[in-house]
Amino acid sequence: MMIKKLLVATTALSLAGSNVAWADMMTALGAGEGQVDIVAWPGYIERGETDAAYDWVTKFEADTGCKVNVKTANTSDEMVALMNEGGFDLVTASGDASLRLIAGNRVQEINTALIPSWGNVDPRLQDAPWHTVDGKHYGTPYLWGPNVLMYNTDVFPEAPKSWSVVFEEQTLPDGASNKGRVQAYDGPIYIADAAMYLMTHKPELGITSPYELNEDQYKAALDLLRGQRQLVSRHWHDAYIQMDDFKNEGVVASGSWPFQVNVLESEGVKVASTIPEEGVTGWADTTMMQAGAAHPNCAYMWMEHTLSSNLQSDLAVWFGGNPVVPAACTDGSGMLDAAGCTANGMDIFDKVRFWTTPVSTCASQGECVPYYRWVSDYIAVIGGR
Amino acid sequence: MSIAATLSDRFWRQPRLLLALLLVPPLLWLGVIYIGSLLALLLQSFFSIDEFSGLIKYQLTLKTYGELFRPSNYDIIIRTTVMAALVTLASIAIAFPIAYYAARYAKGRMKVLFYVGVMLPLWSSYLVKVYAWKLILAKEGIITWAMTGLHLQWLLDAVLALPVIGGNSLSVSYIGTFIVFVYVWMPFMILPIQASLERVPATLIEASGDLGAEPGQTFRHVVFPLALPGIVAGSIFTFSLTLGDYIIPQIIGSSRLFIGQAVYAQQGTAGNVPLAAAFAVVPVLIMCLYLWGARRMGAFDAL
Repeated sequence: MMIKKLLVATTALSLAGSNVAWADMMTALGAGEGQVDIVAWPGYIERGETDAAYDWVTKFEADTGCKVNVKTANTSDEMVALMNEGGFDLVTASGDASLRLIAGNRVQEINTALIPSWGNVDPRLQDAPWHTVDGKHYGTPYLWGPNVLMYNTDVFPEAPKSWSVVFEEQTLPDGASNKGRVQAYDGPIYIADAAMYLMTHKPELGITSPYELNEDQYKAALDLLRGQRQLVSRHWHDAYIQMDDFKNEGVVASGSWPFQVNVLESEGVKVASTIPEEGVTGWADTTMMQAGAAHPNCAYMWMEHTLSSNLQSDLAVWFGGNPVVPAACTDGSGMLDAAGCTANGMDIFDKVRFWTTPVSTCASQGECVPYYRWVSDYIAVIGGR
Repeated sequence: MSIAATLSDRFWRQPRLLLALLLVPPLLWLGVIYIGSLLALLLQSFFSIDEFSGLIKYQLTLKTYGELFRPSNYDIIIRTTVMAALVTLASIAIAFPIAYYAARYAKGRMKVLFYVGVMLPLWSSYLVKVYAWKLILAKEGIITWAMTGLHLQWLLDAVLALPVIGGNSLSVSYIGTFIVFVYVWMPFMILPIQASLERVPATLIEASGDLGAEPGQTFRHVVFPLALPGIVAGSIFTFSLTLGDYIIPQIIGSSRLFIGQAVYAQQGTAGNVPLAAAFAVVPVLIMCLYLWGARRMGAFDAL
């Protein structure tokens, strides 16, 4: 009886959830509702509490009267879960979450005409497939960055040219093997890095996108990762633990983010980063609006605010990413300058294959291996299966 | 008459009313928040995930439990259980002599020193201790440094060359995970054993000796059986805490998942709540078996 009641309740809830999705796109802005609730990555929305120099909230609140409430989430999946629960207006979703949110009708189409700064957005990002479906925009770009190859400059006098240093056993320039001295990312999306490597080294597999893999291509990627498991002592998922491993654990090469490279360099650790010839994967985040958001006017005002050159400039410096408004690199509106943009990878956009959620119905070849299998299989690979 | 006095009279005439008032809040807590959330968890584990859309299907099925027996998932359960068992055995072996000395020989200041020494680590943050251990065990950490200084590097290399439990450095091997587990849960083993040893009457030990028992016989037939409830109580702590922990193996070890991490990954990363719930039920079942075994050994007879 108890179970039956629960089932009825959950069914009713899921029906209620899907109803919300039919809400129409907004056509005109009204007055602010006094607050906006945002799910964001840690460090994404700063109000000067961590470092007084980095504050892009206080002024917005004063100007619009919209109080900004931030709930931080540590993984894309936490973000999806929070958005499924509801009660938020916006989310800074990465490409491996955004399509899930759109497919699940958790976010609504936005009207770019209501966002005056939309025209300033990097044209390369305006119609990006991780937030644009059937020509409809489901959010405004927020920040992007590449997953670069970080390496120890003592061991590599010259930057490694290929990702093979982390994928295949070999002797490094210092004469010792790379076994136990390289790392890989501890997340299922890393399978895409292996697939990207195979695009160059096993072209006969016919991979066109590392996020769209058929059974054979997927199996080849897993095999590559199984070989890599023999080289990797510990996979990394926490940026700070990776930095510690570069300092104390003798790790000399790994896929990484500009954030870790910048921090380690500032501490005087001998590291640098490079973009190998196979290209890199990367993340691109989008501010998306919940279907049936309670504070849509404030949400639109916030989206407009996030595209201001000043905010983009400071955010890119703070987080180690690239602004989605290219002018922020050069117009001196904040702390960013052209050299900083180059260091964070602004010029290699075309080489970046951005994180996208793998889905079973894929554009390139009809049937692909979906994300939930990436999760269980990557757990198995790390476990030595 | 004031309200307080009226109430006081009523409680005196109907003692059950007072009892009910006092018991309802804790029972509600236990029933709704504690047991209720466990039941909700149990219920989730009988649902399954739709392989195509990744959405949860709210139909009762045993399919999710079946998935636990896939080799990669089964590995996780075995790995965690074996680790918990080894950590428990090692904790007993190390804690017993310490507790024995503290209970029977240490007096006055020495006893205080023992108490403080055991309790002190509990006062600092668990995370601080684990991160400290990461540095101690690191490839370029204190242990490697000391071993090199003592010209014992070959010994460390030999240990790390062991199959399965070895690795590139202590901090990325099962040995490291094991050492840190034993360290972190040690006080939970020492304190119950010490408490039980203190209740063993000295007269019994003397009587055993007077009747001609060797020290070994006295230990086997007098001290150990009387200390068993303490050992079992301690082992319940170390065993269950190791089964459920997901932070230590994440920071120290080879990235191979333990049950707690599998729950976190399936729930957080994959959105596969049914499988996460099924994983979470596993330690509950193992602990039920464990407690049943402990009861059969007579561990709870003294309660």
